[in-house]
Amino acid sequence: MTPLIDRLEPLLAQVSKPVQYVGGEVNSVSKPFDSVDVHWALLYPDTYAVGQPNQGLAILYEVLNELDWVVAERTFTIWPDLAALLREHGLPQFTWESHLPVKDFDVLGVSFATELGYTNLLETLDLAGIELRSRDRGDADPLVIAGGHAAFNPEPVADFLDAVILGDGEEAVVEVSKRIRQWKAEGRPDGREGLLERLAADGLAYVPQFYDVAYDPQTKAISAVTPNGPNVPARVPKHTLEHLDDWPYPKHPIVPLGETIHERYSVEIFRGCTRGCRFCQAGMITRPVRERSLPVIQQMVETGLAATGLDEVGLLSLSSADHTQIGEIAKTLADQYAESQVSLSLPSTRVDAFNLDLAHELNRGGRRSGLTFAPEGGSDRMRAVINKMVGAEDLLRTVSTAFSQGWRSVKLYFMCGLPTETDDDLLAIADLAARVIATGRQVTGSRDIHCTLSIGGFVPKPHTSFQWAAQASAEMIDHRLQVLKEAIIADRRYGRAINLRYGKGSTGIIEGLLARGDRRLGAVIEAVWRDGGVFDGWIEHFSYDRWQQAAAAVLTPLGLSVDWYTTRERPRAEVLPWAHLDAGLDLDWLWADYQAAINAEEVDDCRWAGCNDCGVCPGFDVDIELAGVPR
Amino acid sequence: MSRQPERQQPPPVMRVALRYAKRGRARFASHRDFARAFERALRRAEVPMAFSSGFSPHPRISYYNAAPTGAASEAEYLTLALAREVDVVELVARLNDALPDGFEITAWSLDSPLVLKGQQETEVDGASRWRIEFTPMGPNLDTAISVLLATSSYLVRREAKNRDVDVRERLARLELTAPGVLEMTIKTSSPLVRPDDVLNALAEIAGESYTARITRLAQGHLRDDELVELF
Repeated sequence: MTPLIDRLEPLLAQVSKPVQYVGGEVNSVSKPFDSVDVHWALLYPDTYAVGQPNQGLAILYEVLNELDWVVAERTFTIWPDLAALLREHGLPQFTWESHLPVKDFDVLGVSFATELGYTNLLETLDLAGIELRSRDRGDADPLVIAGGHAAFNPEPVADFLDAVILGDGEEAVVEVSKRIRQWKAEGRPDGREGLLERLAADGLAYVPQFYDVAYDPQTKAISAVTPNGPNVPARVPKHTLEHLDDWPYPKHPIVPLGETIHERYSVEIFRGCTRGCRFCQAGMITRPVRERSLPVIQQMVETGLAATGLDEVGLLSLSSADHTQIGEIAKTLADQYAESQVSLSLPSTRVDAFNLDLAHELNRGGRRSGLTFAPEGGSDRMRAVINKMVGAEDLLRTVSTAFSQGWRSVKLYFMCGLPTETDDDLLAIADLAARVIATGRQVTGSRDIHCTLSIGGFVPKPHTSFQWAAQASAEMIDHRLQVLKEAIIADRRYGRAINLRYGKGSTGIIEGLLARGDRRLGAVIEAVWRDGGVFDGWIEHFSYDRWQQAAAAVLTPLGLSVDWYTTRERPRAEVLPWAHLDAGLDLDWLWADYQAAINAEEVDDCRWAGCNDCGVCPGFDVDIELAGVPR
Repeated sequence: MSRQPERQQPPPVMRVALRYAKRGRARFASHRDFARAFERALRRAEVPMAFSSGFSPHPRISYYNAAPTGAASEAEYLTLALAREVDVVELVARLNDALPDGFEITAWSLDSPLVLKGQQETEVDGASRWRIEFTPMGPNLDTAISVLLATSSYLVRREAKNRDVDVRERLARLELTAPGVLEMTIKTSSPLVRPDDVLNALAEIAGESYTARITRLAQGHLRDDELVELF
């Protein structure tokens, strides 16, 4: 097996950011290829700069490479300049460590954080010389296995995937590796299909080709998803890792040589979230909450910093201030690193005074980051709909304290296009921002007060209370943002202190199409890629027209449309494309929560209040794990 | 941004100048990439760095004339300020263990002008020697070298900056040392003439296009047309 690097190097001299392709970074692992039984190529379907800092990739990379009979190397989607040169010179998609062809590996593991990576999967498969469709692949081709949050509805890419792992990957990748090793040792009985049957048998992985999807000719919706083999479970459960303390990964993540989007050592201080924000797919599919304990967090930070030489630590989770021991964690780490140049950060969205104390604690060493809150909805009513339990008065009180303690600017995140939203809810955002500025000026006596509003278009996601909801059209999003923009410009007293950031509504429509789509969208994705569509997460590459044209060509003959998938509210009885994929959430509970949302009724966090019967814990025989509570 | 106290840092107690190499694939690292990698290596090697004072303290490292991205080098220099006295031999060994593949510290000095004087002063009469390995070389290259050397001035267009630089004026030496291997000595100046500019001039004269691997071999001062290395 000859590494491609010698033929690759002359091409690197001709492309942008060549350093991203060279590999060999500190803490990267390479093993003699023939010395191990199972070979994984881990793909993050975006550039190195975006994919390398991904926490899931870093964790699985270490878990797999700790096994002496497995190797995991990385690969990323190659930027169009180098991709063109590779095709011109007949070179394939390679791995970063050994610069070997991806096609020589047993598994191509793909991490889908967002649906906008789907065209990049096709681009990478094609460049690797792997058949796009699962059914066209031979025994020598790698198994293409997907994971990540978007993989909770993999149906739009089902034809391109051999298998899908739902949920936490740590234990699953080891089990998949064992079964591949066994199958190879036995002489590959029944070929590729035999291996896929072994992966599907007890629900370890979802193998799309073992399920037939039937459609109702009248409604065009799915009528049934049926297993087509004897040993295939009707529903595939997600994997839930218990005892995060037993899995202290990543211990020594790769230190990138080229620049990436996050350059910090991140520790996941807990996994899962039970705040119950109704728009949040991550919160719904990662239940229950499992906290990591302070001693393990401390140990990870210490080893991680020593192994990487990084000078920033991120205390990661979906809502970090909600860790039951966050005060102690913050104080302990702040004490420990007070005299060093290490900075601590807490990506957090809680809007209360406690959060401010934390920010203060973590920043006492020196560098102070900006303050960011995510009220998500502009009016109290809107926030009740999405179950983001914070009132305007709470926010203003918190902001007032922040300004009195020295902060001069805050950043607020909101969504646009939420269910039941009206223009007035957007105007409430402008009003809130104006009150933030007014409060700041009053508290500080200074006019040097700023507020940044960052507005994202809401995309309903599978396995959430809003999975049935109608998505707001691109025109509606653009209209509402215009209303907001005009209100801010018209505000002569405060408007100039408010900085508005937003994108166009069209990206959200394509994300929404793919998020809640079914297998009939595979042909749309392929058509877009064949027309040159790649890197859809990048504004300079994303083409709404291209997607609309491809969708019309494929969907119109079927009596379907982009609107059917996006702006249409689904009836309760409709079989959703992901109905056979089990995130643990009880369907009746989700529907009731959706109805409660429409009525602006709130639900408490089960970490602090009682169980809401969402179904996850009894369904998978797991429980909330809190750091202070012994097992 | 928020208001917070400036941090006052103690002054450095020791300065050391280091020469380092950038080889193989590491040549694709930009100067910023190297600077980040070097600071992280310092932390992994637990080197007692001295920090600047101010709102966001940073390690006190001065880099000297970094080679362009894509060019390899045997002669890059930096000066490092330390908060404690250290054994330099041990420091260099630890740093070399910690640096990513392709980077190596090859020499050090405690009394180089880089340590004792400011950078500006060091740059007077500064020059670098470069090796250009053509892949492949064109038939007209020989002639183009003679033509360029016979002139006293040759302007090359810098498209990005929209201005001309005189490559001939800064060229102290230009010589084929083996088939397809060119060595040149370029005087340090502002605007800086890079080996790429000389290659562009040669390509223009020869009516050929070149691809080549570029390596900085030495960096120092011209004394009677000879390059004396910094250390």
